[in-house]
Amino acid sequence: MAELITIKVNGKVHKIEADPEMPLLYLLRNDLQLNGPKYGCGIERCGSCMVLLNGKSQPSCVIPAASAAVYEVTTLDGLAKNGRLDPVQEAFIEEQAAQCGYCMNGMIMSAKSLLAENKNPSDEQIRQALNRVLCRCGTHTRIISAVKKAAAKMKNS
Amino acid sequence: MKDQSHFSSDRRSFLKSSGHLVIGFQLFPALAAITGFEDKSACETQPVADGQTIDAWIRFDADGKLSVITGKMELGQGIRTALMQMAAEELDVPMNRVKIIIADTGQTQDERYTAGSGSIEGSGRAIRNAAAEARQYLLNLAAEKLQTDVANLSVKEGVVMSSKSKNTVTYQELVAGKRLEVEVTGKAPLKEPASYRLVGKAIPRDDIAQMAAAEAYYIQDMRLPGMVHARILRPPVYDSKLVSIQKEQIAKVPGVLKLVVNGNFVAVIADKEYAAVKALEILKTNAKWDSKPLAVLPQNLYNNMLETASAPKVVEESGGSVPAKDFTHEAVYKKPYQMHGSIGPSCAIGLWKNDLLTVWSHSQGVYPLRKTISDLLQMPENKIRVIGVPGAGCYGHNGADDAGGDAALLAMGMPGKPVRVQWMREDEHKWEPYGSAMVLSVKGRIGAAAKIDAWNTEICSDTHSSRPGGNAGHLLAGRHIAKPFTFKSGGFSGGSHRNSVPLYDFSAKKISLRDFYGPLRSSALRSLGAYGNIFALESFMDELAWKAGEDPVAFRLTHLKDERARQVITTMVEKAGWGQGRGEGFAFAQYKNSAAYLAVKAEVSIDKAAKTYQLTKLTAVIDAGQVINSDGIINQTSGGMIQAASWTMLEEVKFDKTGVTSTTWETYPILRFDQVPHTEVHIIDRPGEEPLGAGEAAQGPTAAAIANAIFHATGSRLRELPLTPDKIDWEKIS
Repeated sequence: MAELITIKVNGKVHKIEADPEMPLLYLLRNDLQLNGPKYGCGIERCGSCMVLLNGKSQPSCVIPAASAAVYEVTTLDGLAKNGRLDPVQEAFIEEQAAQCGYCMNGMIMSAKSLLAENKNPSDEQIRQALNRVLCRCGTHTRIISAVKKAAAKMKNS
Repeated sequence: MKDQSHFSSDRRSFLKSSGHLVIGFQLFPALAAITGFEDKSACETQPVADGQTIDAWIRFDADGKLSVITGKMELGQGIRTALMQMAAEELDVPMNRVKIIIADTGQTQDERYTAGSGSIEGSGRAIRNAAAEARQYLLNLAAEKLQTDVANLSVKEGVVMSSKSKNTVTYQELVAGKRLEVEVTGKAPLKEPASYRLVGKAIPRDDIAQMAAAEAYYIQDMRLPGMVHARILRPPVYDSKLVSIQKEQIAKVPGVLKLVVNGNFVAVIADKEYAAVKALEILKTNAKWDSKPLAVLPQNLYNNMLETASAPKVVEESGGSVPAKDFTHEAVYKKPYQMHGSIGPSCAIGLWKNDLLTVWSHSQGVYPLRKTISDLLQMPENKIRVIGVPGAGCYGHNGADDAGGDAALLAMGMPGKPVRVQWMREDEHKWEPYGSAMVLSVKGRIGAAAKIDAWNTEICSDTHSSRPGGNAGHLLAGRHIAKPFTFKSGGFSGGSHRNSVPLYDFSAKKISLRDFYGPLRSSALRSLGAYGNIFALESFMDELAWKAGEDPVAFRLTHLKDERARQVITTMVEKAGWGQGRGEGFAFAQYKNSAAYLAVKAEVSIDKAAKTYQLTKLTAVIDAGQVINSDGIINQTSGGMIQAASWTMLEEVKFDKTGVTSTTWETYPILRFDQVPHTEVHIIDRPGEEPLGAGEAAQGPTAAAIANAIFHATGSRLRELPLTPDKIDWEKIS
């Protein structure tokens, strides 16, 4: 049943023996011991498990690990470069854009995907881009501010 | 995050430390218990100290680190930072030299539950007093060392200086080489609020940086060596009985280690998580259950409540007697069952090793959970240790304790193996104990000078607290096993009538409560009954204001003497404006009539053609007494308003005779970004007053403010939650 899956995650190629039907999320969290993507609903309705597939934010809880192997996968764990956090991560910390923080992975990864395409998003565009990700603590307004701050940081860097 | 090695090295460093100062109550037994840990290397082999003997609140080590020790849990409310701020302030040490140990029956004292916005008021006060005691003790040592009086000493960043000689000594130097244990007398002087440098400030939470950097922070991120993975097969409906299960089919799933069938408690344990998930999917289709349909259905829920609830018991009767008739107005408000809806489903890890059971849990009460697991397993409490590790926000009693019970039960059958139980989304949606449905019947009379002179509320509700508290019948595992424990209702606590008594000056008030045993499991959801009660109370105040032809804000002020209450309202008007347009709603409450004051303005806009409304803005003014962390209060209040808006506009647990049908976010939608209003929070800081918890103050007022704004915009008075647009009479709008 198990197959050898070759998959590039956070810039590194991994060969993992796994059930090819297993959703990518389980491979990331258990086989690669990454903490970023979180289990939330398992049916792509909450965005807790967001990752970047070739730079675009996508839930990882349904897509089989074997099918995800065609993409370059990036997780929250892999955003920092040369020991420095990504500007989106920095902005979320500076804005204190979390309460329990469980949704933060989905928020940051969705924002990362948005800002790659749109350097100067409006509030409305931010809301649209993050709409897939649920936050139960009600931190939305700060999260919008954090994404705007991240956009400004990226422009200045 | 906490792990075993970290824990034991902490202990060792403490015991072998080159000096420390411990502040607590009855410290000598505590130290005796701690000494017992000394030569043990791993946490799971260590004896568990009795909660009563673990009672240190703070510890100051010769390495200059101040440890704050709290029995309260971090639930995303930022309590870690606020409590560290309070201790650092009192001792005048910088924040980067403070750390905190939270909820752990092996290390922290028994502070029951982290609930009711009580952490700052309870744990905060104790920590502040302990820190003051430490400061006084250290200053006495410093006075001796510097050969001067305490009155001549000042402290900055942990350095004590004599104003006479200008000589200095650090706290570290004072503690070095000594093992000092000091009991809290409660007599040590507290710092003057005017001299605060940390308290009141927006000190950033360090845990947010950990989360953003994807560090292991949550219980879901814990990976213990040799850990195995469990999934629980829950019955289709509460009282289903298991008829049969095809065990052979499960045994064939690669990676499955064990199928546990204990009465109606069914679980599968596998070496890999996905194997357990797959096995669960198979179990769901091959298990046969005998299920009784639910007796009460949503279409007759509210009628059934009123027909079957107990006779009314008086909660409060004050002033003159409330008349039996001749009310100006009467209205009935309804609230459905609502979910906590944690984004991360519940999780727990259990490990039975060397005669000790360790359970890692995101429970709100590690000691009560330990007592309940002791009941479930019929095992003494001193063989059980419950360690609190943060999970996703819970907002009350969700599935956390149940998952802890599941893990404890399963771990006992897998000696030496950490068993990780992860609930699926459907488990959390269907099995968490909901916030109870409520019916609130309110009557009021407007007397002379357009003032209310009689008010009568009758509450009908199921319980708002069925926390485990030592009774295994309150855990799902306890109810489902072959020799089940029975659910013993702890009675209907004050939760049902929380905030039902108007703070306003009416000459006669009567509040009564009828207890209802509902079809769905219910327990504590953020603010308990206050959400429904304030929705009714503040909607009805609005209705009476309109009846009296008065402005709703002015009408409330004419009925309020409390200065702090008046000030949050007048500040709200100042900051957010009032009476400027269509679609404004106002509400006010003092949480529990004894904690934080909060006034809120809601603004809605309507789209008549599309027959929808949009909540555009929520503005709150909050007085939570002395502010500890201003950013924490803003974050909690803004979040509380948005969460309450979600409950109010969208949320209702759906069920039919086959059980709960709200099993996903599709069937139980919550607010998403496209519907989230702008929020604004203003704080009235009162440094001279006691600090008050702020986490639940917004829930009730927000609901009523939205209902009042919808009335203002459309002329439709919505009295049944959620306030969905289909309940608005769109024809009525001109």
